[in-house]
Amino acid sequence: MTTRHNPLSPHLQVYRLPMLALLSITHRGTGLFISAGALLIPVLLMALALGPEAYNCVQSCLASWYGQIFLFLLSASLIYHLLNGIRHLIWDLGFNLEVKSAEFSGYLVVIGALLLTTLLWVLVCTQYYGETL
Amino acid sequence: MSYRSPLARARGLGPAREGVGHWWLQRLTAIALVPLVVFLVVALALLGKADYQTMVAWVSSPLVSILLIALAIALFYHSSLGIQVVLEDYISTKWLRLCAIMLVNFMNILLAIVSIFAVLKITFGIAQ
Repeated sequence: MTTRHNPLSPHLQVYRLPMLALLSITHRGTGLFISAGALLIPVLLMALALGPEAYNCVQSCLASWYGQIFLFLLSASLIYHLLNGIRHLIWDLGFNLEVKSAEFSGYLVVIGALLLTTLLWVLVCTQYYGETL
Repeated sequence: MSYRSPLARARGLGPAREGVGHWWLQRLTAIALVPLVVFLVVALALLGKADYQTMVAWVSSPLVSILLIALAIALFYHSSLGIQVVLEDYISTKWLRLCAIMLVNFMNILLAIVSIFAVLKITFGIAQ
């Protein structure tokens, strides 16, 4: 018997994922990433409970370039998941279920997430570098 | 006509035998998380590189303590429920799936307890 190497469905390199599916899997991905990032809450609170040295250690870690990149990605994921989550709640109420309108609200979520993430980091930067600017 | 038995209908439990409990709690925690997450993100952005004393004073103020504990409960519960669905979708081996879900649940419960413990310790142990 000959082995056939035909591409199997859904072959992602050929099949373009529809926009709605792309947003859906992004919701999942960001959810998992936020779950990992949520570790920061007990870590930061425990560091505060343990004393200034532990807190300064965590703080300097987060202030480093990799900490800042991580926090940026985490905040972007959180804002996207939050906005798209509200979209899910609206669907649960029975609204916005037509493909065209769901796509429109999807674009709103993406644009809103980009805007709010930018706004948040402008705020962060003015807090951090406010004196030096 | 309906093919569901009257008892199943009365209990509201579908073929999964757990009803809409999971679905409902995920929505409930999601709604609670909307204001809580906005509060945390904006507060942390404004606190910036706050020093130790400022952070302790912030966490130990009554409203912030209560909101942080509420956030920890809602967040780790929501996370547990969400990861459970992902695991159910992608792990087909039954015992492995069950183990993974249990592990995630224990982890999230632990993280919530650690967070709540730390908030209480900061509020009642450090800030006087």
